Amino acid sequence: MTEDSSPRLGIVVAGSLNKGLDVRLDGSVSVEDIVVGRYVVISGKKQRFFGMLTDISLEVADPAIAFSPPDSADPFAAEVLAGTGTFGLAHILPLLSLGSAATLESGPQPVKTVPGHFSAVRLASQADVELVFGPEDEKRFFIGTPLDMETKICLDLEELVKRSNGIFGKSGTGKTFLTRLLLIGMLQKSKAVNLIFDMHNEYGWEGSSERGHKVKALKQLFPSKVAVFTLDEENSKARRVSTDFVVRIGYDELEPEDIALLRETLGLTEPAVEASYQLARRFGRNWLEKTLSLDDDQEIKDLLAELSIHEGTFQNLRRGLGVIRRLPFMVPQVTEKAVARILEYLGRGINVVLEFGRFRDVAAYVLVANILSRRVYDQYQKRMEEAMGADSARPQPLVITVEEAHKFLSSGVSSQTIFGTIAREMRKYNVTLLVIDQRPSGIDEEVLSQLGTKITCLLDNERDVDAVLAGVPGKSELKTVLSRLESRQQALIFGHAVPMPAPIKIREYGSADSYRSFVSEKDDAKKQAQKDIEELWG
Amino acid sequence: MSENLRVGEVIEASTIGFTAQCYELYEIPPLGSLVKTGDGDTALYAVVSGATTQGIEPGRRPVARGKDEASEEDIYRTSPQLKELLRSEFSALVVGSRQNGRVCHYLAPQPARIHAFVHRCSPEEIRDFSRDFGFLKILLASRFEVSAEELTAAALRQFAGVYSDRRAFLIRAGRELAGLLGGEYGRLRNILERIRE
Repeated sequence: MTEDSSPRLGIVVAGSLNKGLDVRLDGSVSVEDIVVGRYVVISGKKQRFFGMLTDISLEVADPAIAFSPPDSADPFAAEVLAGTGTFGLAHILPLLSLGSAATLESGPQPVKTVPGHFSAVRLASQADVELVFGPEDEKRFFIGTPLDMETKICLDLEELVKRSNGIFGKSGTGKTFLTRLLLIGMLQKSKAVNLIFDMHNEYGWEGSSERGHKVKALKQLFPSKVAVFTLDEENSKARRVSTDFVVRIGYDELEPEDIALLRETLGLTEPAVEASYQLARRFGRNWLEKTLSLDDDQEIKDLLAELSIHEGTFQNLRRGLGVIRRLPFMVPQVTEKAVARILEYLGRGINVVLEFGRFRDVAAYVLVANILSRRVYDQYQKRMEEAMGADSARPQPLVITVEEAHKFLSSGVSSQTIFGTIAREMRKYNVTLLVIDQRPSGIDEEVLSQLGTKITCLLDNERDVDAVLAGVPGKSELKTVLSRLESRQQALIFGHAVPMPAPIKIREYGSADSYRSFVSEKDDAKKQAQKDIEELWG
Repeated sequence: MSENLRVGEVIEASTIGFTAQCYELYEIPPLGSLVKTGDGDTALYAVVSGATTQGIEPGRRPVARGKDEASEEDIYRTSPQLKELLRSEFSALVVGSRQNGRVCHYLAPQPARIHAFVHRCSPEEIRDFSRDFGFLKILLASRFEVSAEELTAAALRQFAGVYSDRRAFLIRAGRELAGLLGGEYGRLRNILERIRE
């Protein structure tokens, strides 16, 4: 079978399930040829194991060799010693058991034991990798290739959208490209619809690459399946993006919970947030407008005395609310609620990208995302409960994409925001999150632990790495792999949607070929595009 | 063929080795070369581990004779009896045997017999014998005037001569030695320095 198709690396000489296996490399194998992150297959006596190379070290059989090494002008001694007195030791993390020939059909299983002493270790062949990750099909989306290999690594998107997921990586490592790719995958291969809060206008019509050229985004590739909503019509027009709806937020849509979320951003004190709850209770739906329109000193004094709010606290809150009211998309009354339109589109299976235009500041983003998501959540919860009660069709799964996730999901606020709730329990209501962030350590641990699949590009802050890898078996080994990723186009993917942690080279995006591959992957998308063109030109 | 390679006769034997007298003065097989006694299916293989040339009578030492001679050869020409009064002997370390046609790299059940003929091995026999390196253990454990490292290196140099790719053979042997001398890097280095190509 695939047993002997790739060269032998060495033999297992020691190790444990927890700490990984030590593999003594054969003398003929140069340590310089093997890199961390490569997949290997270990042929035990009864079963085969699939593992990942996580570390390589140089060893000497006799410490005296290190003390008086052979003369560098003596290649003979060096050649004799290579693989005998001096040898490479590879550290391998066993990840899956491929089973014996008899049990192969049940597919790869989590590893529960280790191969015996002196089991032969080989680099995994293309067939092995395919066996583990599965072929590209209706459910699986080709996300990238293993490092140094051409085999496709595919993500099971049906499985992926069943849980909340995270994409991490420091700035400039390709998070946006990866997210765009994943969204395309979801559009193609999962039954989920997406609501994307697009802070930097990257996902709707077109995005830009680091090198400055434009790349197509969702609407250009799947015109019939994507609607672009905007908060900033002028900016969208200037960028020549045709938008489907202009989102406005009414003052009455703001709730004290939103203020709590923005406490730090707006520089509010804890009592000021408390006061907002009291004022909302007092004034009802239009509390924001009423609070800001109070101008009679005596009236204010009486009110504050009645609610026992300190004068300074009130002023602090009013200043914060003033900032919110001045946001250009905030209006006293909205004729058509954005939430209704979003739900209508989502209901028709059309994905919604909300562009923020010029309103890139965090306050606007957090505010809008929270307000809209909360209402979408309410609706979904209602529909799901109705569907469960009547045993009828459940609403289509929804994936909400948020950037700068630590602003919503930090340990201080995650319990108060809708995103914390969704991350923790909304799987039951068919709503999950795709969180994108560059500082995962800022995200609440509990939320992070609920993420099903995590894809992380290079992170170099120790705390971020620890946060992302918390609770993953073989954490310290994966840490080595993660920190050795190239700063672009490479990522480590692990969790629910993949059978084992996988460092990948992310699939190419941005060339004409890559667009063609997305569209041709699903014929009906192509037909639909054709139909759209026909409709457009009559 | 082996007749042509006959070099001497066993005059002293033990389980671990034997001493042979050369038929011709000074025609001693080189240090480290492979010799054998017996023939056919049963033979004893040994590595030449040292040699001496002295007078046949233990009590009589040779005297200097060349004062008036022009060259060394002239001494032997003018005193032809010398060839009868002197003899060359060599000792050999048993490193294996052939039993029922199979080469074994361990001591033979019986020592060589006195007056057994000693032959130098042909290149094919050397290649056959050194196909694997079991004999190195015996060489490394030897205790003679010649050190074990010196003897091992000499044997490997001799054996390498019959291989078309000398270097490849020596590298293989070196790797085997590296395994055998795991904790004795100093000895390994001594040998490697002597067989370096």
